[in-house]
Amino acid sequence: MKKGFLFFISLLIVWILLAGTDWQEIIIGAIISLLLTIIFFSKATIFSEFNLNPKAIFYFLIYIIIFIWELIKSNIDVAIRVIQPTIPINPGIVKVKTKLKSRLGRIILANSITLTPGTLTVETNGEDYYIHWIDVTSGDIEGATKKIVSKFEKYLGVIFG
Amino acid sequence: MEIFGALITLIGSIFLLLGGLGILRMPDVYNRMQTGTKATTLGSILFLAGISVGHLECGCFGKIIIIILFVIFTNPISSNTLARAAHYAGVKLTERSVKDDLKEDNLENKGEKK
Repeated sequence: MKKGFLFFISLLIVWILLAGTDWQEIIIGAIISLLLTIIFFSKATIFSEFNLNPKAIFYFLIYIIIFIWELIKSNIDVAIRVIQPTIPINPGIVKVKTKLKSRLGRIILANSITLTPGTLTVETNGEDYYIHWIDVTSGDIEGATKKIVSKFEKYLGVIFG
Repeated sequence: MEIFGALITLIGSIFLLLGGLGILRMPDVYNRMQTGTKATTLGSILFLAGISVGHLECGCFGKIIIIILFVIFTNPISSNTLARAAHYAGVKLTERSVKDDLKEDNLENKGEKK
């Protein structure tokens, strides 16, 4: 039920963003979204991984704010590195571990890591992530995990359970 | 409002310019990918947001939000795939690199044995 509701809501939001807020458009969009939800209900397994309690929604909003802040920070970081005469880099590929179990949570974590300052996900293998780090400050798994992963993991852990 | 939108677009283009500069200056594939991904993501977002703010009368606000969401979701995935392919194709890291855990673990050859 929760899965179907999320599927329906996300289809409807995309439709409203595309078509505008005219009443006739919204009614037609709602009918078509409902039909699609009923037809594809059994295939939309990815939506069952969201938690829908108030705490998860609150953490999701905080996560978006943190994500945008990290995105801006990473751009300024890259810009400062690029314009210096000798580029201050100390790169390397480090291995980190995540505690997340959900598939969607792991994808979102990998994408968040790519968009945060100085890190780029190169390969994932189950709970191991291999991350290209532009400025390696701690080489062992625990230190790198603490510095790169944990700031997102505590929010995504609540959202995806 | 139009000037405000133009300013946001200008900041976005500056980030895109710095991203291009980074691709020219960085020493190896992975570092280039870093600047390429991050600068182009925020650059495109600001560019599109500037257009939607500066031209509110065109009614393209919702569509631009959808484009921004697609950029946020697809840009990191494409860079991840390119970096992974480059590593498996044997592209070496720059000599200034500190360590390479992925090479030590040698995932590709483990996969072939199965």
